Amino acid sequence: MSPTPASPLHLAVALDGTGWHPASWREPVARPRDLFTAGYWADLVAEAERGLIDFVTIEDGLGPQSTHFLDPDERTDLVRGRLDAVLVASRVAPLTKHIGLVPTVVATHTEPFHISKAIATLDYVSTGRAGLRVQISARPNEAAHFGRRGIGRIEAYDSPAAQDILAELFDEAADHVEVVRRLWDSWEDDAEIRDTATGRFVDRDKLHYIDFEGRHFSVKGPSITPRPPQGQPLVTALAHQTAPYRLVARQADVGYVTPHDAEQARAIVAEIRAEQRAAGRAGDTVHIFGDLVVFLDDSPAEAQARRERLDALAGEPYTGDARIFAGTAVQLADLLEELATGGLTGFRLRPAIAGHDLPRISRDLVPELQRRGRFREAYESGTLRGLLGLARPANRYAAATA
Amino acid sequence: MSKPLKQIHLAAHFPGVNNTTVWSDPAAGSHIEFSSFAHFARTAERAKFDFLFLAEGLRLREQGGRIYDLDVVGRPDTFTVLAALAAVTDRLGLTGTINSTFNEPYEVARQFASLDHLSGGRSAWNVVTSWDAFTGENFRRGGFLPQEERYSRAKEFLATAHELFDSWRGDEILADQATGTFLREARAGAFVHRGQHFDIHGRFNVPRSPQGRPVIFQAGDSDEGREFAASDADAIFSRYSTLKEGQAFYTDVKSRLAKYGRRPDQLLILPAATFVLGDTDQEAAELAREVRRQQVSGATAIKHLEFVWNRDLSAYDPEGPLPDVDPVVSEEHISRGRAQVRMYRDPIAIAREWRQLAEANKWSIRDLVINTGNRQTFVGSPATVARTIDEFVQADASDGFILVPHITPGGLDPFADKVVPLLQEQGVFRADYAGTTLRDHLGLAHPDAGTTAASERAAS
Repeated sequence: MSPTPASPLHLAVALDGTGWHPASWREPVARPRDLFTAGYWADLVAEAERGLIDFVTIEDGLGPQSTHFLDPDERTDLVRGRLDAVLVASRVAPLTKHIGLVPTVVATHTEPFHISKAIATLDYVSTGRAGLRVQISARPNEAAHFGRRGIGRIEAYDSPAAQDILAELFDEAADHVEVVRRLWDSWEDDAEIRDTATGRFVDRDKLHYIDFEGRHFSVKGPSITPRPPQGQPLVTALAHQTAPYRLVARQADVGYVTPHDAEQARAIVAEIRAEQRAAGRAGDTVHIFGDLVVFLDDSPAEAQARRERLDALAGEPYTGDARIFAGTAVQLADLLEELATGGLTGFRLRPAIAGHDLPRISRDLVPELQRRGRFREAYESGTLRGLLGLARPANRYAAATA
Repeated sequence: MSKPLKQIHLAAHFPGVNNTTVWSDPAAGSHIEFSSFAHFARTAERAKFDFLFLAEGLRLREQGGRIYDLDVVGRPDTFTVLAALAAVTDRLGLTGTINSTFNEPYEVARQFASLDHLSGGRSAWNVVTSWDAFTGENFRRGGFLPQEERYSRAKEFLATAHELFDSWRGDEILADQATGTFLREARAGAFVHRGQHFDIHGRFNVPRSPQGRPVIFQAGDSDEGREFAASDADAIFSRYSTLKEGQAFYTDVKSRLAKYGRRPDQLLILPAATFVLGDTDQEAAELAREVRRQQVSGATAIKHLEFVWNRDLSAYDPEGPLPDVDPVVSEEHISRGRAQVRMYRDPIAIAREWRQLAEANKWSIRDLVINTGNRQTFVGSPATVARTIDEFVQADASDGFILVPHITPGGLDPFADKVVPLLQEQGVFRADYAGTTLRDHLGLAHPDAGTTAASERAAS
C-alpha cells in the first residue's frame, strides 16, 4: 500500500470560515462580511480548482463555533455562525467542473436516510464529485439543540468513562455510514428501465430494502434517490485516536490524521492498516492524508511574522490538533515529501487565512510539487473517486443476486 | 366601478412521482439528472415565474406489498437540488416540501436559513405532515406520531423554526476588522423552546437570512389544515382548480384569516394546474385525450382501480368490464405511501357508481379511469388558456397557479413561450421581476425579527 517515492501526492484543502487561524478574519483579504454569501464560497472553491486540488472539505457543526472543546463560549471577537456545508457544496457544484466537494455531516444528530440522499444528490449535481466527511458531536449543548438524547458529560478525555462515550459515538457513526452506503446501493445502476411495452418505469427486482438493524437505529430503504454517478461517493473522516482510526478503517475511503513527523505518520498508518485488516478491508484502497495548518509566503521570515501577527491579534498562540507550518512553498513541498515517507498518500491543508494561503497553495505549492513530479498537471478524471484512483465499486446488492 | 386587475402569480411544479408525468413520451428526459432541473428552472425564470416547486415523498410507494413501478420512481434530495438551482438562476423562488414529522427544527431551520442566504432570499418551505409508520421505517425515530397529533407537531415545529430564524435580528454581525469585534453581542442566536413536542435550547448558528424567514406554504385540505394555513402560512398549494370549487375554497380560507388578525392578501391561494396547449382549441382537445391515454396505461388503470377495490385485480383485463366483486373494506390498504387514497372514504358506493358509469357509457376499466381521473385543468390554444387563467384569478378562484407539466424537463417551455407573453400583454403578469426576493415576487412583507406573528400583522 505504501507509495513509491515518485508517486503523485493528493491534495485536499479544508475550508472553514475565513481560515483556520482564529484571527484570520481580521486580515484585509479575509472578507468576513461575505461569509454568508454564495459568492464567497464560489470564489474559494474556484481558487482551489485552479490549483488542480483533488477536493475541498467544508467544516460544519450543529452549534456555534467555540474555543472550548465541549462547551460553547461567549466570544464576540471571533467568527461565529456558519451555513449548512452540504448546501454550500451544492450551491458551488454547478459553478465548478473538476474539483471534489466534501461537506461535513454530523452523524450523531442526523438521519442517515436524509444524509444518504443529500450526498447522492450532491453527486448528481456535481456529476460525480461528491463525498462527505463524517463527524460525531460529543457536545452536550448541541444535543440540547435537538432534545432527543443526552450526551454523557466528558470530564477528562483519558478517563475510561470518556473513552466509553466516544467509542459509542464512533460506533454509532459507523452504523450511520453503513446505512448511508447501503442506501446508495439500494438501487442498482440499471434499475430504471422505462419499458413502454409493460408500462414499467423501474425493474423493482433491482431496488433493494436495506433492512439495517443496529443497536442505535433501524432503516428499511430503499433510498428515494437512485444510485449516484460514482456509485459510492467518497466517505472521509478525521481521526486522532484508536476509536476514530477504527471508523476510518471500517468505513472510509480517506482518513485525515495529524502526525507531527514522519515517525508518527508511520505509526498511525500502521495502526489504521491493522484495523483495516481486522475489518476485512485489507484489499480496499484507504487513503491516509496528513492534516497541516499552513502559512505560506515568499520567505520563511514573512510567514513567521504573519503567524506572530495573527497570534498577537488573537491574544494567544494558535495551537490545535494538526502541525502548523509557516514557511515557503519549497519548504512545504519538502515537508510533504518527508511526511509521505511515513505512508501518507496525500495531505489536507488547512489554510491559516483562506484568502491568502489558499492562493499560495494553488499558485506556489502546486507548481513546486509539479516540478518535482509529485502532483498532477491536469485533472485526469471526471469523478472524485477517479482523481483518487478509486474504482467505481460494484453494487453490493447486485453482487448478491448475480 | 370595476375593481383593479389582480396580478397573477405563476409557479412551476417539477413533474412529479405520479401518473400525471408521462415518462413514456419520446420527449421525456431524466427525472434525476441535474440538467433536467436546471432546464426546468431556467424556463420558469425566463418566463418570470414566481417560483419553482418540489414535492417530496420519503418512502417509495408500494401496492400489494411491492414497490409501485408504473410511475416515475426516484427523486433527489429537496434542499440539495434547490441549493444547486440557486446557482443557475437569479430571481426564481425555490420552494421545497419538507416534512415536519421526520425532521428536527434545528436542522431544518439551518437548512432553510442557509438556502435563503445562498439564494439571496428566494427560499420557501411547503410544510407537510405525516404520521405513517410505513414512512417511519426509513427513520431512526420510526413512525412515532399518532395521526391526530400531526398538526399539533407541525404547528409547534413551524413555531419553533420561526423562533430559531428570529433568534438573530440581523444586525449582530459587525465584523469590524480594526477593533476586532465580530459579534455585537455574546449570545446571538440564543433560544429556548419548551413545548409538548420540542424541548430545546441553545444557540442557533445561522445568522438572519435575506428574507428573515422562508415563505411558508401549506398543502393540507382538512379543516385542521385550512386553519393551520390561515394562522401560519403565506400561501396554500391547493387542489381546487375548477372555477366553482376554487371559488368556494378561496372564500372559505380567506374568511378564516380575520380571526388571526390577517388581511386576505396575506395568504395566497395557488392551486396545482395541468395544461395542454394546441394551435387551436380543437387540436388541444385531441392532444389532451392522447395525453390522458399516455397517463393511464392498461396496467395503470388496473392499479388505480385497486385503490378503490383494495384488492388484487391483476387478473382483470383493462380493456374489459369493471370487476363484479365488491371492494374490500379494511383498515389495511393495498396502497402505501400515497396521500390520495384516503379520499375514497366509501369504496362500496364508489364502486357502485363507477359500474353504473361504465355501463352507461360502455366504458372499459381503462376508459373509466381515464374519464373519472384528473383531467387537465387548462386545455386550449394559448389565447384560450391565457384568458381562462386570467378569468379564474379575477373571479377569485385563486391568486394564480402552480403549473404541473406532464413532460420532464421541456413540458413548461410551450407555456413560457406562448401563454406568458399573452398574460403580459393583458397586463396581468409581470414583464420582469421588480424585486429580488421571493417575498418581493409574492407581495409579502419581510418579517422583522423579535416581533410575534400577530404584532407583525397588526403593524403591517
